[in-house]
Amino acid sequence: MFAELLQFLFSGVTVGAIYALVGLGFAIIYNASHVINFAQGEFVMLGGMATVFFIGLGMPMPAAIFLAITVTVIVGFGVEKLAVEPARNAPIVTLIIITIGASIFLRGAAQVIWDRNFHSVPAFTGEQPIIIGGASILPQSLWILGSTVVIVITLHLFFNRTMTGKAIVATSHNPLAAQLMGINTRVVLLMSFGLSALLGSIAGILIAPISLTYTGVGIMLGLKGFCAAVLGGLGKPMGAIAGGLIVGISEAMTAGYLSSAYKDAVAFMIILAVLFFMPKGLFGGRETERV
Amino acid sequence: MKAFYKPETGGILALAAIIAVLPIFLPNSFYFDVAILVGINAIVCVGLNLLIGYAGQISLGHAGFFAIGAYFSGILVGTYEWPPVAAMLIGALFVGLLSYLLAKPIMKLRGHYLAMGTLGMGIVISIVLNQEGELTGGPDGMPVMGFSVFGWEPGSELTWYWLIGGLLLIAVWLALNLINSPVGRALRAVHGSEVAASVAGVDVARYKVLVFVVSAVFASVAGSLFAHYSGFLTPSEADFFHSIELVTMVVLGGMASVFGAVVGAAVLTTLPQLLTVFHDYEMLVFGASLMVTMIFMRRGLVPTLQSLFSRRLK
Repeated sequence: MFAELLQFLFSGVTVGAIYALVGLGFAIIYNASHVINFAQGEFVMLGGMATVFFIGLGMPMPAAIFLAITVTVIVGFGVEKLAVEPARNAPIVTLIIITIGASIFLRGAAQVIWDRNFHSVPAFTGEQPIIIGGASILPQSLWILGSTVVIVITLHLFFNRTMTGKAIVATSHNPLAAQLMGINTRVVLLMSFGLSALLGSIAGILIAPISLTYTGVGIMLGLKGFCAAVLGGLGKPMGAIAGGLIVGISEAMTAGYLSSAYKDAVAFMIILAVLFFMPKGLFGGRETERV
Repeated sequence: MKAFYKPETGGILALAAIIAVLPIFLPNSFYFDVAILVGINAIVCVGLNLLIGYAGQISLGHAGFFAIGAYFSGILVGTYEWPPVAAMLIGALFVGLLSYLLAKPIMKLRGHYLAMGTLGMGIVISIVLNQEGELTGGPDGMPVMGFSVFGWEPGSELTWYWLIGGLLLIAVWLALNLINSPVGRALRAVHGSEVAASVAGVDVARYKVLVFVVSAVFASVAGSLFAHYSGFLTPSEADFFHSIELVTMVVLGGMASVFGAVVGAAVLTTLPQLLTVFHDYEMLVFGASLMVTMIFMRRGLVPTLQSLFSRRLK
């Protein structure tokens, strides 16, 4: 009974951490530019697929992972430079469609360069499950949780301790004032896309050994990451992490106790229920709009 | 002649003329098929444009309403042997009620939260259609009986073409009437500034709900027609990409332009047919053309070309 609950909790926290990383990517770009980047899921896909590709070339795992992340970050820069920056100040709906266009383009490109098959990535360290309290947990899950904790702490330090990080925070609060303080907001925008691509690709690489990777993997992961980001209140990094964990755990509980068929609906049911009562997410506050 | 330049009056005649003349240029049934699909999509887009273009509210879930209408027709006519028109009306009534209940909380959301809310709504509908296999046939889909009105059946592609063409004209006419009524002015005021509109005495919430319901019913009716025309339904009609496709048609054609919605539907329905020559590169080219058009023609095809022409004329 308890072991069962613990088992569902383990798997929930594992996917929840992935959603959190994707959600963080949404939050960072949203903060820097008020754009929702619907191509976020494709960063996740690129991370996984590029790792498969480089391993296929015979590279050792760490080198393949490093190269995959680099490639994805460059693509992230590209999306900002070529698709988002030329359309700055366009209406929100237009920007949403541009990033959706970018996402279709990237998925199409991945299908041309690679293929449409499912691929597996070997687990980082062994496949032997570890037994805790009667429930088993894969070493890869520990990698996911550990990496997520490290990333969150690093991001926290980056945003609060370094000049670059502070510049991004300043721009998110007030781009004009930031510009007057000598911050190059264009570079900030570019960096926010690079950073999101970094987070997305890491998420994609971490989850690949557990749930195979293919060119369409980014669609659902991206949408659920968006759920996580909105659930916690858009633009709140800690909210995105909480949102990701809530979505992941409820999903695992639903799959375990209720119905695995409706597992994918859980994230969206939660988001609808929350938005109906709190139109700005769980931690979005009740700020009033300035006229 | 002057009236002809005013899209409200001349436009509907021009559209009627295009629909009337087009069959001469369509060489075979494949082209008719594309034209019919353009018409069905255009009906959805004309409705959706009222919501996106005029009231300024995005919806990333309208494929859900389209699919509900389609499945009502499929299930009621196929399994319960209802007359198709009755099934279509009941479907539209159900979608009207459902969208009314959903609109109350959803229309309170703004910007990206609204995008998320409507997206979630669409995905939940799509998952339900996928999972309730006993009713809907699940992911494998279900066959749908043909359409008929009091014994008359549109048998050939050409009769379907006239049926859809006529309904599209009615949809455009309804939309234009709505826009040029006090409701339309209220909607544009809401788009401009909700606060200013409510200060001027516009019941913002009521109008937003109204236009949400109207656009959902348009989608539902188009869905029913699609079900009968295509003869086969799968839950993919409800999925996220179909919703995106619909929004893209509206935005690409030109927001706040009824004819823009028709043009957008025409372009985006035909484009994939043309892109099949690119085989594997189809998605790549589609994504790229989407980005490029939206970057260089932010207001959409019709308004951009319109202002280009009027500049030439001066």
